Amino acid sequence: MKFGILVNEGPYQHQSSDSAYQFTKAALEKGHEIFRVFFYHDGVNNASRLMVPPQDDRNIVNRWTELGKKYNLDLVVCIAAAQRRGMLDENEAKRQGKDASNIAEGFHISGLGQLIEAGIKSERLVVFGD
Amino acid sequence: MLHTINKSPFETNSLETCLRFARAGHSVLLFEDGIYGAFKGTRFESLITDSLKSKNIYVLVPDVEARGMRTDNVIDGIKTVDYAGFVDLTVDNKTVQAWL
Repeated sequence: MKFGILVNEGPYQHQSSDSAYQFTKAALEKGHEIFRVFFYHDGVNNASRLMVPPQDDRNIVNRWTELGKKYNLDLVVCIAAAQRRGMLDENEAKRQGKDASNIAEGFHISGLGQLIEAGIKSERLVVFGD
Repeated sequence: MLHTINKSPFETNSLETCLRFARAGHSVLLFEDGIYGAFKGTRFESLITDSLKSKNIYVLVPDVEARGMRTDNVIDGIKTVDYAGFVDLTVDNKTVQAWL
């Protein structure tokens, strides 16, 4: 079955960020397809490649990147939510005249239309938030 | 239809509201802090027991164990699931409503 996943909360702040990952992983391991994972609101912070959690803690961003690589996932960060929170990819950093970008490998920035499309094209849209 | 509850009933009224709106035959999954609604001996036990007559209620075991709670104390009739079981619930139900 085809799933869309919506992540509305940030890493290390609320469990929904972890729940979304665990659910996505379990669905993939059962052979389901993840059409897209959409990071919205504070959920965009899950995509920061600059996070450095203690070594004995889970690394939330690397965990997504690795899962994305393994299953070729479409990990989309909402552009409006990202810009407000200082989350930029290289193109956006250049366009906005900023000196750095921080979006991790495997994620890309796009618009809210991608969430709507995930809702339409997936058979289930599962929401994780606070 | 599957309803997901991730808040403790001692924190918000989403469990009570959900159970009021959910129809007979619907399923309700308690996860994250929502698992606190699944235990015997709380003031929500009668609400849960009553709802079990017409609805299916599930609790996510990893979230029970992460909080140091025991599945032995889960109200009789509530079914236990892991993440794979959570995925199965979303497959078996045509729509999923998160009560955030």
